[in-house]
Amino acid sequence: MREGNTGGLLAAWADRWLPRLVLAPSVAASLVFVYAFTLVTAYLSFTPSALVPRYNFIGLARYRDLFGNDVWWTSVSNLAQFAVPFVVLSMGVGLLLALLLDQRIRIEGALRAVYLFPLALSQIVAGTAWQWLLNPSLGLEKTMQSFGWTGFRLSWLGDSDMAIYCIVVAAVWQCTGFVTALFLAGLRGVDDEIVKAAQVDGATLPTIYRRVILPTMRPVFFSVLLILTHLAIKTFDLVVALTAGGPGTSSWLPTMFMYTFAFERGRLGIGAASAVMMLLVVVAVLVPLMYLESKATRDV
Amino acid sequence: MKRLNTGLVSALTLALFASAACAEELEVLHYWTSGGESKAVGVLKTDVEKRGHVWKDSAVAGGGGANAMTVLKTRVISGNPPPAVQMRGPSVQDWAEQGALVDLDPVSKSWDKELPPQIAKVLQYKGKFYSAPHWVHRVNWMYINKAALDKVGGTVPKTYPELFALADKMKAAGIIPIAHGGTPYHDGVFFEGIVQSMGADFYRKAILEGDQATLASPKMVEVFDILRKSQSYFDPGIQGRPWNLAAAMVIEGKAGMLFMGDWAKGEFTAANKVPGKDYVCAARPGTEGMFTFIADGFVFYKAKGQTAATKGQQDLASIIMSPEYQQQAAYFKGAIPARTDVSVANFDDCAKKSAADMQGSMKSNLLVPSMNQGTTEATLGAIRDVVTKFMNSTQDSKSAADALAKAVKSAG
Repeated sequence: MREGNTGGLLAAWADRWLPRLVLAPSVAASLVFVYAFTLVTAYLSFTPSALVPRYNFIGLARYRDLFGNDVWWTSVSNLAQFAVPFVVLSMGVGLLLALLLDQRIRIEGALRAVYLFPLALSQIVAGTAWQWLLNPSLGLEKTMQSFGWTGFRLSWLGDSDMAIYCIVVAAVWQCTGFVTALFLAGLRGVDDEIVKAAQVDGATLPTIYRRVILPTMRPVFFSVLLILTHLAIKTFDLVVALTAGGPGTSSWLPTMFMYTFAFERGRLGIGAASAVMMLLVVVAVLVPLMYLESKATRDV
Repeated sequence: MKRLNTGLVSALTLALFASAACAEELEVLHYWTSGGESKAVGVLKTDVEKRGHVWKDSAVAGGGGANAMTVLKTRVISGNPPPAVQMRGPSVQDWAEQGALVDLDPVSKSWDKELPPQIAKVLQYKGKFYSAPHWVHRVNWMYINKAALDKVGGTVPKTYPELFALADKMKAAGIIPIAHGGTPYHDGVFFEGIVQSMGADFYRKAILEGDQATLASPKMVEVFDILRKSQSYFDPGIQGRPWNLAAAMVIEGKAGMLFMGDWAKGEFTAANKVPGKDYVCAARPGTEGMFTFIADGFVFYKAKGQTAATKGQQDLASIIMSPEYQQQAAYFKGAIPARTDVSVANFDDCAKKSAADMQGSMKSNLLVPSMNQGTTEATLGAIRDVVTKFMNSTQDSKSAADALAKAVKSAG
């Protein structure tokens, strides 16, 4: 009996403390490495930091510098030009592939793997591969011309107006498989009974998808949107590998701006200010989305 | 036997280190990693080891030194800077101002006499030397393929209109007139040559001093006009092309002219091309007699609690400035010695012209820092942003000049 008691006490203690104990290191780590560093960065954006950090407060001067910088605004408008088609295309193509895969087809497993594969590559690798593919004298253009389609032109990489869409293409290629997997998981999570009930009521397959299945997948749409949006804002390696921001500054993104100014040009203050702006954008986009999502789940 | 040997060797090594009274480990952070550069570094390493110090090589390749500078910043912030670091430009003064560097007073007494005053100036802070120059590069070079030049019966252009006339002839003969690499870096190098063609004073005021009125002046608009016209002589495949591939186009005769500093000569030499016979090196149009330099040097960081240069740092600095090293290193690097009293008799004709022009420009005060040497990273980046944007868009020259003034102001 006594043994059982101590065992019980121990178990109760473990129940209470073990989860906290196990989580403590990662909580501590993220407190320091995520939140503390975020605060330091935010503070640096109010200092005259140049080559190395300096800690005297000078107010909003760095933000004035940032907002007066043409390259920053180029980067911001590029982000919009990149993020919107990237998110829309990834979701659209991803959903389409998921719907097709959902038809209980043969070798579904193999196809899923194929679609997911690009995500296993780092952005640097994907960027370099696409740089070759889109290079007029090496890649697609050359191939098509050697097949006999001599009028074929694909010189987006060297075109200031189109270079940003090269990044869209590469990013969509890389992320669509992942989106497909998420949607497929969502589709499979829909209760068969509901589908059968709809069939009994005489609904056709498109109607079932449109009126029954897709509406129940609302949380999945939110998750995908969240993931893709923050991926778009974070995109960096892909640009570096694919266009290096060029031609000129026509495919710079805010991430590249932040890295270049903070680390290459010795303007830590402006770099920090741009990082804070990116954080604010992420918060501005994600917080309403998350709120809507939690509200939606509560309403269901 | 093998084991015995190893034992013997290590015993000898130990004895050797023990005998060198002031053996010191010298960690050297640099970004000289290409063929000629590593040869030059090899010379330095041997000399340093001869004095009984241990050379610890920290080469950080890539980014034209940007990566090495990033490493440097993190090391300084964490309180563990390398004792010797390759550096150029106003960073020397920036770091000296922060009190991070040791001055070279103990070994630099005679440097003022040995270096051109314009070069000495960029190595000093408050009258003291903080950087030891390895060599001097000249940036305002242009290289012309001799066969292409002869084919169209042209002469070396002295002005931009002459250049365009020659370029038209080359175009008609099926030669790409100007080999260019579409990177912000090469764009900047090309651009500064045009600014310099407007006169050394204009260049100094606009680029080195960042004078707003000069930057937005009609002359600067003219600079952008020339830049726009020059672009029509590039080939379509320039996007992202590194400058050495552009050099290869001139070497192979596919293109006529290359605008790049004298480090590009290494590509010609490696392809067994002889100046005067296979190619012509000349000052860029409108910059004859001017010498725009880059002086790569070593600066020396303080360790914790250190106030003056250690014996090892002093030795390293004095080796760098020794006539023997100056001659050998500059030869390997494809540059010229920073010291004016070192002979360049065994150098090629381009380097000889370079050395003669340095002497001449020193007296006529046309010896000016190149844009890469004379502007901060922030200003340099800002100028390149504007230039490369102009070259990759249909922006008009007037608004580009205004944008340049604005960008330089906000970077300053």
